[in-house]
Amino acid sequence: MLDNLRIMWHQGKQFIPDVTTAKVPGIFRGRPVISGTPADGLILADLCPTKAISANPLCIDLGRCTFCGECAVRFPDLITFTQDYKLSSNERERLIIKEGEEGPVLVNPDKVRKEIRRIFGSSLKLRQVSAGGDNSCELELNATNNVQFDISRFGIDFVASPRHADGIVITGPITRNMAPSLEICYNAIPNPKIIILAGTDAISGGIFEDSPELDRSFVSNHHIDLYVPGNPVHPLTFINGVLGLLGRSR
Amino acid sequence: MNYISIYNNKPVGLKEIPELGYQEFMKSNVDMLNGRADRHCVNYFGYETGEGVKLFCCIADDTTHQINISSSVVGKKSTLHSFTALNHNFENFEREIHENFGIQYLDHPWLKPFRKIEDYPFCKAESEELHEVGVGPIHAGIIEPGHFRFICNGEQIMHLEIQLGFQHRGIEQLFLQKDRLIERTTLAENIAGDTVVGHTAAFVNLWESLCGFAPDYSLEYSRTLAMELERVAVHTGDLAAICGDIAYQLGNSVYGRLRTPIINFFQEWGGNRLAKGLIRAGKINYPFTPELANRLAQVLDTFEPDFDEISSKLFKLPSALSRMEKTGVVSYEEVLEIGTVGMAARMSGLRRDIRTSHPFNLYGSSVIHEPILKRHGDVYSRTQIRKEEVRQSLGYIRKIIENVPEFRKPEEVHFAPAANMFAISLTEGWRGEICHCAITDNSGNLVLYKIKDPSLHNWMALAMSVRNNEISDFPVCNKSFNLSYSGHDL
Repeated sequence: MLDNLRIMWHQGKQFIPDVTTAKVPGIFRGRPVISGTPADGLILADLCPTKAISANPLCIDLGRCTFCGECAVRFPDLITFTQDYKLSSNERERLIIKEGEEGPVLVNPDKVRKEIRRIFGSSLKLRQVSAGGDNSCELELNATNNVQFDISRFGIDFVASPRHADGIVITGPITRNMAPSLEICYNAIPNPKIIILAGTDAISGGIFEDSPELDRSFVSNHHIDLYVPGNPVHPLTFINGVLGLLGRSR
Repeated sequence: MNYISIYNNKPVGLKEIPELGYQEFMKSNVDMLNGRADRHCVNYFGYETGEGVKLFCCIADDTTHQINISSSVVGKKSTLHSFTALNHNFENFEREIHENFGIQYLDHPWLKPFRKIEDYPFCKAESEELHEVGVGPIHAGIIEPGHFRFICNGEQIMHLEIQLGFQHRGIEQLFLQKDRLIERTTLAENIAGDTVVGHTAAFVNLWESLCGFAPDYSLEYSRTLAMELERVAVHTGDLAAICGDIAYQLGNSVYGRLRTPIINFFQEWGGNRLAKGLIRAGKINYPFTPELANRLAQVLDTFEPDFDEISSKLFKLPSALSRMEKTGVVSYEEVLEIGTVGMAARMSGLRRDIRTSHPFNLYGSSVIHEPILKRHGDVYSRTQIRKEEVRQSLGYIRKIIENVPEFRKPEEVHFAPAANMFAISLTEGWRGEICHCAITDNSGNLVLYKIKDPSLHNWMALAMSVRNNEISDFPVCNKSFNLSYSGHDL
């Protein structure tokens, strides 16, 4: 008993008091800022492994970006990755960062379905489906509920059965072999329900985009409620994205 | 000679690999493993040529520190005798060859689908006493998909059959389609997101050797450091999950929170908690500095006492020990027959560790590694190995951060792979041995890229471990192996 208390005492305070303002350590590659026009944008575009950069005008699509930082290393005067981890939006176009844009990526409240905030505003239960995910986003989604990030404090939880869930969180590029199971799982969730795409692979297919082994028809057939970029998604990106969707971010 | 012997990361001309008739090829490779625990098959695969399917078999010899490679050409859709009938090490490799090229085997014991998801008749037991339990592909937790089919007698598991392939993304094919280095490096980082360093280091070591580029000390240093940090982070997370599965909440919370400072250090160093973007061929975008070394020493100073405190509690706690001891046992004879690697071999006293047997990067020079062996092959052994390997890795990290080398500024290197070559690269990730192989054509283009995650060998060990255990112990057995779905399915 005393041992246990001593161990608990030694852990100190682990939880992050405010996950909406917490600073991340080190050189986290969050929201990029593009600060100029390159002489030849095509060279820059050619650096990118996932065609996230397009030239004329220069912009970076966070739904495709793997956040490898290669472009910022090669052209530090043009592109910098800030520590801003709030990257999620309910509109796909908002993930495209254009030259000179320094504003945050936000959820557009006008486009959020009315019932979402009314019904799930203070309690949201999610079912996670990995559909070809490489286990990195899965690890980070697990981390959202560890003692540090503690997403449960907001009434947001991951549940074991789709029958208990209010929505689905998809990771991975959606393989052909997982597409039927994903559809079955989604259908088992009672209405109304939301869909969250977590990670670059889920949003665009990422590096696997051209693979014949994918079947991304689920994404084109359904309305997506939230896009959470990252490779993998940072727990703070996910938590803040969901809070934004629920209208609970400050 | 029936084979050519090469060292890890030493490519060889395709022409120098002996091409044997199939009967001789089979006899030579099976005989090599006969009664030799220090040898096992690290990779066995085929690739389509004009004349048929060319098979390559790579047998690692831990005593000579070499890999013995031989080949054979067989007709497409031909019918052959299987290696597996003589030695089970080859089981999964032959299932893959069968699925990819339509080659039939006369005497393969279990030629079931490998990565294909189809209406497949699972093993059945005709009995009114027994029942089946199907789990997955979607599991209760946040984990990757796979299907498990149990045959149970009441609470007791008689048999477990594992069907994988749900994660198949066609990575090996994408390695050929995408010809820019940055694309291939990104693919390597996404093979298994829990083993980013292990797989990316295997790829860049292979690529550099194939292109005749000798990495300087600082590059090898950063890869070795990252490899050991990844081991510490994942092992600590696994200890948390094992505690969770035996309902030991304090251990779950403490180990779980201890993983965070280690992966956060990866972020401080390279900007990503799982080390994506850190390892690159010919350069490193985020050099390791003496300031980072000081910072890491601080992180470890606060990590170690808390890690030791909770470990000494866990390994003395009767209620925890009773759940781990003699649960999920796989014997030495069984792991040898299956051909397991990494922790899943060392748990039962089978000494397999690429860091010692086929050294790469700083292993064998600055880091002299001695594998940690256990004898019981149960959940307890697998848990103990993790605790002791964390301690061991911390020692290696402490030692190598005493002297931080000079890092060059990241510069692009022009890589041109040599023509008509066969390259092989082995690394020891936290889970075990990772093997990447590549073959180039006349003009140095990749015509084959073959990836083997340690899980390919080890899934069978999980299936064996749960026999005669209660089905309620399946989660802790599964977690104590923590095998990769995406690494297997590719």
